[in-house]
Formats: sequence, C-alpha cells, structure tokens
Amino acid sequence: MADFIFWVIWILIVVSAGLVAFGKNLIHSVFALMGTFLGVAGIYIFLNADFLAVTQIVVYVGGILVLLVFGIMLTNQISTAKISQSSVQRGLGLLVVLALLAILLTALLSHDWVGTTQPLAFEETARGIGRLLFTDYLILFEIASVLLLGALIGAATLARKEL
Amino acid sequence: MINLALLILFLPLLSFALQIFFGRRFEDKKGEWVSVGIQFTTLIMSLAMFVMMISRNDPNFSLEMQKSWLDLGVFKIDLGVYIDNVTIIMLNVVALISSLVHLYSTAYMAGDVRYSRYFGFLGIFTFSMNGIVLSNSLFMIYMFWELVGLSSYLLIGHWWEKKSAADAAKKAFITNRVGDIGMFMGMMIIATVLGTFNFQLIADRILDGTWASNAGMLFGGIDPHKLLTIAGVLVFMGAVGKSAQFPLHVWLPDAMEGPTPVSALIHAATMVAAGVYLTVRIFPFLTADAMATIAFIGGFTALYAATIAITQNDIKKVLAYSTVSQLGYMVMALGTGAYVAGFFHLVTHAMFKGALFLASGSVIHAMHHSLHKLDDHQTDPQDMRNMGGLKAKMPITFGVFMVTTAAISGIPLFSGFLSKDAILAGTWTYAANVHDGWLANLHMAWILPVFGFGAAAITAFYMFRLIFMTFYGEAKKPDIFKHIHESPKVMTVPLVILAILSTFIVFTLPSVNPISDHGWFTEVVQSPETAVTTGAAFDLEHFEHGMHEAHVPAMVTSLIVAGLGILLSVLVYLLNKISAENLATKLGALYRGSLNKWYMDEFYINGIIRPFLKGCDAVGRFDLEFYDHYLINGWGRNTKRTSRGVGFADDLIVDGAVNFSGIIFQWLGWTLKFIQTGKIQNYLIFVLIGAAVLFAVNVY
Amino acid sequence: MDHLSSYLVLSAILFSLGLYTVVTRKNGVAILMGVELILNAANINFVAFSKFVTHTLDGHLISVFIIMLAAAEAAVALAIVLNLYNNRGHINVDEANALKQ
Repeated sequence: MADFIFWVIWILIVVSAGLVAFGKNLIHSVFALMGTFLGVAGIYIFLNADFLAVTQIVVYVGGILVLLVFGIMLTNQISTAKISQSSVQRGLGLLVVLALLAILLTALLSHDWVGTTQPLAFEETARGIGRLLFTDYLILFEIASVLLLGALIGAATLARKEL
Repeated sequence: MINLALLILFLPLLSFALQIFFGRRFEDKKGEWVSVGIQFTTLIMSLAMFVMMISRNDPNFSLEMQKSWLDLGVFKIDLGVYIDNVTIIMLNVVALISSLVHLYSTAYMAGDVRYSRYFGFLGIFTFSMNGIVLSNSLFMIYMFWELVGLSSYLLIGHWWEKKSAADAAKKAFITNRVGDIGMFMGMMIIATVLGTFNFQLIADRILDGTWASNAGMLFGGIDPHKLLTIAGVLVFMGAVGKSAQFPLHVWLPDAMEGPTPVSALIHAATMVAAGVYLTVRIFPFLTADAMATIAFIGGFTALYAATIAITQNDIKKVLAYSTVSQLGYMVMALGTGAYVAGFFHLVTHAMFKGALFLASGSVIHAMHHSLHKLDDHQTDPQDMRNMGGLKAKMPITFGVFMVTTAAISGIPLFSGFLSKDAILAGTWTYAANVHDGWLANLHMAWILPVFGFGAAAITAFYMFRLIFMTFYGEAKKPDIFKHIHESPKVMTVPLVILAILSTFIVFTLPSVNPISDHGWFTEVVQSPETAVTTGAAFDLEHFEHGMHEAHVPAMVTSLIVAGLGILLSVLVYLLNKISAENLATKLGALYRGSLNKWYMDEFYINGIIRPFLKGCDAVGRFDLEFYDHYLINGWGRNTKRTSRGVGFADDLIVDGAVNFSGIIFQWLGWTLKFIQTGKIQNYLIFVLIGAAVLFAVNVY
Repeated sequence: MDHLSSYLVLSAILFSLGLYTVVTRKNGVAILMGVELILNAANINFVAFSKFVTHTLDGHLISVFIIMLAAAEAAVALAIVLNLYNNRGHINVDEANALKQ
C-alpha cells in the first residue's frame, strides 16, 4: 500500500511539474505547481521529514504560491481565467536540458546505491531540528534572520511606485 | 532576595528610559520627581536587604543565581547575580548616594538646558554601577564596567558646549580605555586557563590545582604562579584606570568639569569605587607579588595626590586630588591584605566625600547666584581666593564641611578615623610581618606606612586649608559676599544626612567606644579565604592578630601626624603666623611641582602624545620628500624620457601591428556581437551548455 | 520507496523540468515558478541523503534554510516583477534587454 501511494505521488510530481514547464495557460501552471509542492511534501513524509513536510505546505503552498498568484493577477488584465503564455528558444532549451538530464541519470544510476546505503527508521525531527538550530547552526540562524529582514525591506522598497 | 536585587538593578534603568523617552514633555511638570522617587524606592529596598543582613549576622552568607547567556557548544558565557555582605553594603552605599544626589540635583540643576536628560543619565549611571556590584563574573563586570565608562562620559560632558567639558569627557573615556585593555587581557588569560569567568569558580579551580596544571601547558611552559601574578596585575589595571590610580589618575581632576552633583556621585559612590570594588572581588586570587604591586601603587598614589592637593586653589580640584589620595589608601589597604579596612574606608569615604562634594556644590551654587546678580561672568565661582568668611552666611554648609573634614582628616569621633586607622594599622602589620612579594624581597615594605602616615598628615593640612580659605577670615571680595546666602532645603538636607553618617557611632554600633576597632561592620565583613596557596604573603590569622596589636601604635602615630598637619594649617591660614607666600618661595621647586601636578599632564602630552604625533609627522614627511620626490616622481621623469625615445619606434612598427590586429578584432567583434543578445535566458543556455560539457567529460 | 535512487531520479527530473521552465518561459512569474521547482529538487536530495546516508538532521536544517531563502527570494523577485510591470506594462523577460547596449 505504502509503495503504491509512493509511486502515485512520484507520478503526480512529475506530471504536475511537466505541466508547469509545458503548460500553455499560466493559471493552469500555477495550480499544477501547487500539485508539485504538495507532492514534494508527501515525499518528505516518506523521507521521515515530518517537520519539513509541514513547513513545505505552510511556506510554499500557503506563502509562496499565494505570492505567485498575486504576482500574476497584478501584472495581467484578467478578464477570463485564461492567460496564455509563450516561450522562447524552445528547441535549443529542450536539447540542452535533455542532455543534462541524461548525464545526471547515467551518473546516478551507474552507482550502486542499494548496497551502500541504509534507510533510517522514523523518528520525530522537530525537537532535533530546534536544538541544532540554536546550537550548531546559531550563527547561520542569526544571519538568516538578518537576510529575511533585508529581503523584507528590499521588497518593500522595490515595490513602491516611485523608486 | 535575588528578585529584590534584580529590582534594585533594573529600576534605575527604567528611570533612564522614562527620562529619555518622555522626560522632555514633563520637564515643566515635575517629571524629575519620577526619577527621584525610583531612586528612593531602590534605597528602601537596599535598606531592607541591609536589615536582613544585620539580623542574619552571618559573615559567610552568599547567594548566587546565574543564567546561560551565550551557548555556542564549546564556548559558553553565563550571566548571573552574586550577593554577599559586601554586595549588600555596596548596594546601600550606591543607592544612598545616588538618591541624595538625585534630590540635591533637583535644586542644583534647576533651569538647565538638558534637565530631563541629566536625570536620565544619572539613572543609567546608577544602573551600571549596580550591575558591577551585583555581577558574579569578570565578564559581566566588564560589560557594566564599559557602561560606567559610557555614562561617565555622558555626565562629565553634560555641558558639552564648553570645550573643556567635552575634552574632559573624552580624556576620562580614553584614559579608562588604557586601563581596560589590561583588564581585558587579564580576563582573557584567566578564561583561557580556567575556562570560566565566574569568581567563585576561578577561586575553586586555582585552589584545586587546575591553574597549576593548565597554565604551563597553554602558555609555553611559563611558571603558573608567575602567570597568576601577571593576570592579577593586568586585571588590576582596570581598577587603576577607573579608580584613578597613578599613572592613570589624570582624568579625574579634569572630570570636575561635569556638574558638581555628578562629581559627588562619581567620586563618592560609583565610578571610582568600581575599581576598588573590582580589587575586592579579585582579592582571593592575588599572589604576593601582585599584592605588593597593588599596595605600592596605592600608597604612592595616596602620597602623590596629597602633595598636589596642597597648592590647588579651585575648591573642586582640591577635593578631586583628595579623592585620588583616599582611593590610593583603599587600594594600598587591599594590597597589604587589610581587606576589611580597605572596604571599610570605601564605605566611610563614600559618605564624607559625597558630603564634601555636595557641600562644595552648595558653596559654588551660592557664589554663582551672587555673581549672576552682579552680572559678573569673569570671576571664577570655584576659586577659593574669591571666597572667605562664608561661615556667617552659610552655617549649615559650614557645619557639614567641618564634620566631614574632621572625618577625612582622621580625627576621633568621626568615621574616617576608624577606617583610616585600620588601614594604617594594616600597613604597619604588613611591614612588620610580610615575608614574600617583591616589596619584602627588596626590604622596602616600610615604605608603605611612610606613604600612609605622610598622606595622612598632608590630608589634614590641605583640608583645613580649604576650610580656612573658604569659611574663615575676611571676605576677599566684599561685593560678592553681600549676595551670598544659604542653599535651599533640598540641597542642605542631603548634606546633613551624609554628615550624620560620617560620625563614628554609625559604624561602631553596637559598641559606643569611639576608638573601637570592632562594630557591626567587622562582624559582617570578613577577609575571604585566599585561593593562592603557594607563596602567600603571610598567613591570615597571624595578620589579624598583628592588626590588633598595631591598632594602638598606629592610632597614636596617625593622631600625631594629623595634629601636626592641622597645626601647620592653623598657623599658616588661620592665624597668618607663617606666610604662605614665603613658604612657597622657600620651597620653590617643590611648590611649582605641586602646583603643576608634578607635570604629569605635560609628561603625557610631551612624552607620549607629542612624540607620537611627531613620529607620524616624520613618517609623513619621509613619504612626501623622499618617497614621493625621488622614487615616484623620479621614476616618472625617467619613464618620460625613455618613453619619448620609444615613442618613435612605436609610431612606426608597433602601431602598424596594432592597427592590423585592431582590424581583425573589429571583424571578430562584429561577428560575435550576435551572441550578445542582452537576454538573460540566452546567456543561461550558454552556461548550461558549458556545464553539460564539463559534466559529460567527468561522467563518461 | 526504500531505494535512494528513486528519490534521486525524481529529483533529477524535477530539476530538469525547472531548468527548462527557467530557460524557455517569457513570463517573469513563470520563471520564478521554475526556480521554485529547482529548489524543491535540491531539497529532496538533501533530505534523501540525510535519511539514507548520513543519518543526521543536518540535511533537514539545510532544507529549512533553503525554504526560508526561497520565501525571501520570491518576495524580492515579485517586487522586481511588479516594478518591471509598472515601468514597461509587461513582464516579458526577453524584452528586458537593456543590457544589450
């Protein structure tokens, strides 16, 4: 059963991400992106990352996706729900990306992962992440907070009418 | 108890915040009384702690609370509060002087341009001093130490429009920084070896041998005992700066540029006491050599500053140098091992010196008003040569001055006698018993009692000189004298309170014997166990016993020298039997030296600052005249000459080649410009192609 | 589901699709979506290695920081897109080629 669900999620991610990449309608792409995000959250659960799964949903689906939708609505005259979008250098792009993917996959699959790795049993992670965040990663945490402040101020400054 | 202490610590900070953020708005609406009220609240709380301490009557009482402040795995710093009897007494002194100064300032500073800000700064000053008193580790003391430095800067420079005030503030700050560097290095040595800043832990770890085993390993095989001496003296350097010990005393007299109540606060209870308090805290881990150094510096400062005070004519300058001298006494006492005596003198000195400064403020206030009425802005209101005969006009101020002068001169029935006598007995015992430390090894230990008794005689002399010049004799400027009148009640009440606290009975209770060396103070404060086991200067019990024996001879000697000082003062300044001018001319060089503060400021300016600037100048000139002129410009001239020759060749051969390649590259550029589309996504594709090629090379 | 390679392949595909989006889309917001796909692919890798190889929480922490970074980046990028729209009336990245001169 778990296996089945895993592959369903796997396919969901690939299909919805494909829609993001190849879809004609921008609105459809955004909603497909939501599918991808939720799917990745599911993958996190399979990877024992309970805290990350929730964070993924809260930040990506609840935050970033809403921001993206706002971005689309503020920059297009929406009369219908259809906002078509066009692409550039499609052939060249596809070629290069496929080449990269092929290289990546050969590199990945030529290594014997099964023999050398060992999956870990599930343990709740929030406590551990919290502890690391305030000990080993304290400096990083402080820098991140400064970065967020900077992004906040920067975004507010940039978005003003008179720059 | 801890909560009470934390309240005492943070209430003054609240006062600061209120005055800074809202003070301006309530300046005409008695806003300053909020600060006064807060300060008196902390006084009441400290008194409560004091009463608890007396009823407990346990010299070994202590309480500690700490919280982890910064925890980076290996590196950890705790902040905490440590309370013992010394802390409680010190809290009372700070709260008392601070609240009286607050009260006094409401009248003294009335109508000042930055009235509310002044009260705010008083608040943060008190906060930082309370922080020093309550802290349980060197690290936390250092934090509040710097805060005291900052707030003293703000207060001394309160009238920053006056250049001298701004300069004095800077001087105080920078001079203190010199000492703080030493303190910081000492702290770091201790923390490196023992891995802690906490006072109790430091003492414990020195005692259990951690120091001895770590020090040599970490500092290249140095003798651990020597390293401990170095660390102790370095930390003490901080005290040299803050407590204005020779040679870093130069900031203190200049700090008189601040408002007079501030002088009282700085010199009686807060800033300068901080250095002595630090020495009290590090006392358990001072080695014999370190203590000898401390005693010598203190003793020298006591005598040195006293000799300067003789010739000063500015009433506040006399008091400033007497502060330096008295601080020298305290430091010397701690250095000789007379722990209780040193701390005792800190407390009694806080009372009478606070009163002296506030009383001098009262005199200056009166002079100022009188001058204001005469519309005279030239005469110096602080110069004693413009005063005289004020006794009749200002009876309360005069009475307070008389009592506190008696106290500082060491006359029986007053508090100064008790503490000073204990210190002198301590130096006497030290000289007689000491068997380790460099002073003893050089057979110079008897120099300390000489310093002590000499300073005692001179102190009596110059303090009575001050009284006679200010309050007795003819009024030297009759028109000013006409308008002099006694200060208002809010100013005289703090004076009277402090004068009462300068009498013997306050400190000898329950005994009422005015020359007793036992009282509640010696009951609750006792010398801590030393953590230095090897090479201690003497064993403590022996010392206590010796103190008791030296009590009477030291007392008699000190009475005789003080009496001589007063007698000379009476002859010269009251009865005019000996002319001061004649004395001055006869003692020519000595007189000029004292008047010019033994040229210490000149030494710093001519000996250190000027040569340094001159060195900078010389290096600059070298740069300009040699380096620029010969190397750079000469190089330029040569290059110019060579270039001219080469130029001809260039025109013919090289230019031809260049033009040719230019044509090629023009063609190339024209061809390649089609790749430069200005579109970010094109560039990205190129990057990806490059990456793909690199990966492919690696993988296949 | 208990093989590291299934996660790695997923992540590689997700990465490629994100890359394709970034390279080919004209619309600024769509490019931003591609960037989010790439970041998600990286996150999956970090967490997968954390489960299968290192057995510590460090990968999770890096992912937390990446998510945080993505949020900051989205905010700033959208501010830029809005600014572009205010100045030019469209958000087509391929026409924003003032760099060419």
